Amino acid sequence: MKTTTLFIRTPEGIVFSQLLAGPVTRCFAWFIDQLCIQAAMSIAGIVLALLEVINCNFAVALYVLAYFVISIGYGIFFEWNWRGQTIGKRLFRLRVMDAQGMRLQFNQIVVRNLLRFVDALPVFYFVGGLACWLNSKCQRLGDIAANTIVIRTPRIVEPDLDQLLAGKFNSLRQFPHLAARLRQTASAGEADMALQALLRRDEFDPNARVELFGELAAHFQAKVEFPAEATDGVADEQYLRNVVDVIYRTHAEKQTKN
Amino acid sequence: MIIDLQRFIATGRPFWSNLEKLLDRLEAEPDLRMSLGQLQTFHQLYERTAADLAKITTFSSEPETRRYLENLVARAYGEIHETREKQRRFFPLEWFFETLPQTFRRHIRAFYLSLVITVAGCAFGGLAMAFDPDSKPVLMPFSHLLQDPRKRVAEEEKATKDRLAGEKTTFSAELMTHNTQISILTLALGMTWGLGTIIMLFYNGVILGAVAADYIHAGETKFLLGWLMPHGVIEIPAILIAGQAGLMLAFAVIGHGSRFPLRTRLRAISSDVVTLIFGVGLMLVWAGFIEAFLSQYHEPVIPYAAKIAFGCVELILLFLFYAKSGSSKGLNSKEAGE
Repeated sequence: MKTTTLFIRTPEGIVFSQLLAGPVTRCFAWFIDQLCIQAAMSIAGIVLALLEVINCNFAVALYVLAYFVISIGYGIFFEWNWRGQTIGKRLFRLRVMDAQGMRLQFNQIVVRNLLRFVDALPVFYFVGGLACWLNSKCQRLGDIAANTIVIRTPRIVEPDLDQLLAGKFNSLRQFPHLAARLRQTASAGEADMALQALLRRDEFDPNARVELFGELAAHFQAKVEFPAEATDGVADEQYLRNVVDVIYRTHAEKQTKN
Repeated sequence: MIIDLQRFIATGRPFWSNLEKLLDRLEAEPDLRMSLGQLQTFHQLYERTAADLAKITTFSSEPETRRYLENLVARAYGEIHETREKQRRFFPLEWFFETLPQTFRRHIRAFYLSLVITVAGCAFGGLAMAFDPDSKPVLMPFSHLLQDPRKRVAEEEKATKDRLAGEKTTFSAELMTHNTQISILTLALGMTWGLGTIIMLFYNGVILGAVAADYIHAGETKFLLGWLMPHGVIEIPAILIAGQAGLMLAFAVIGHGSRFPLRTRLRAISSDVVTLIFGVGLMLVWAGFIEAFLSQYHEPVIPYAAKIAFGCVELILLFLFYAKSGSSKGLNSKEAGE
């Protein structure tokens, strides 16, 4: 089954995840890399133009060789020296890594880059794109041969909670042990769902908004049951605000500032 | 389990930072050999960080800390559980005189298969030319090969001007890059269960066979040998070795009779494939140089006998290199294992 996350379980039983890069992001990174190669060739062309004054034949030969070496060696050079990244991959926060999480080896980098010759067939990486699309780990043929994957490491942006939760009293904080349990039991997905619902609350149809916040509040109430004095008279939307506040703002003193 | 996050981070941070420093050092110095004490510390730090990751995994409010720990554990995991030989400093002479020929011999059966396919192509091309001379325009890839061999030989031998004057270096560079690209493609097509590699080898054989048959039939065998041998005795084996690497890839993909999964089979040959293709690259640089600076000059400039003799010497040296080089230390353990 195709997935966007690769989970690796260590022999110690620890699981760590890697987000797999999709074909479109990889295509953008590749496009940037092509621009870099062209830029490098332009610079080489200018330098070799000076040499042309002395020996035209030699300068053209060097240009032919330079194009070949740069176009093939670019990926190998950067991925080896930048631990699996090229300029394009760095811009899009992508990285090549071993599919089993092992140390990326030079051979793997060479193989995946040489196999671009078949991935690029017949035009515009059709074979590679198709393989990537069909493969559960989004690997092109070069990645399969080299046993590598391309992961993305998105920057995690902290939500502006002060703007979202400003000036509201949080009744759930009166019960710190239950608040801590809520923090512990809520999964990352659940926390994100609650946060997104609050951030996008104005985009919902009024009836749908009431229904959605009712369901979400019920969900979190079922996870950790707070005493009646913490929940009585608190609307579903406010309850969800309180939940998000508890989960995302682990420092109670921040609230008191508001 | 409920954890006090601030305390958890404050307690764990020194261990995480130490592990990060150690990992940075390991990645910056591939030759670093840690003492037993350092290894124990490294392992303890890894286990401590992995345990911290397990604690914080469900802690939804700390995505950055979780990501940071995941990254640390992933890097340390790669270092600790890696069973492949650690990459040593590269010694070009050792690689050239030992690793390359040993690798070639270790996979000699793939080379023989590559040779058989090419010879089959040669036979097909030769027979096609012999029985159906009209097929020449289809079989010959370059326009200058369509010319009548006798006419071409006469023109070449009468030539008073050097037609490559001022262009030899460029011609040489073009030959090197073109042939290397073809070789890499031949290797890469191994991923098509070897079908692409077989087609490339067979097609090369067809062209070679057709050209040879054409010149031999025209009574220009000496010219043919003088023209092709100086560079061909290196270039053709280079393509065969690229085919060998492609077929190794194909065998690994097919995995007939192997109980290992695809990734293990591919991992087992990837280093050898890279060694062979770099060897092919070197051979084609030499072949390109010889083709531009020697092969294109014929009698009376250079006697055919001298060119053929040069080709023979190259062939013998190449044979000795791949057959004997690197075997002086006795059979390499890897070779013996095959």
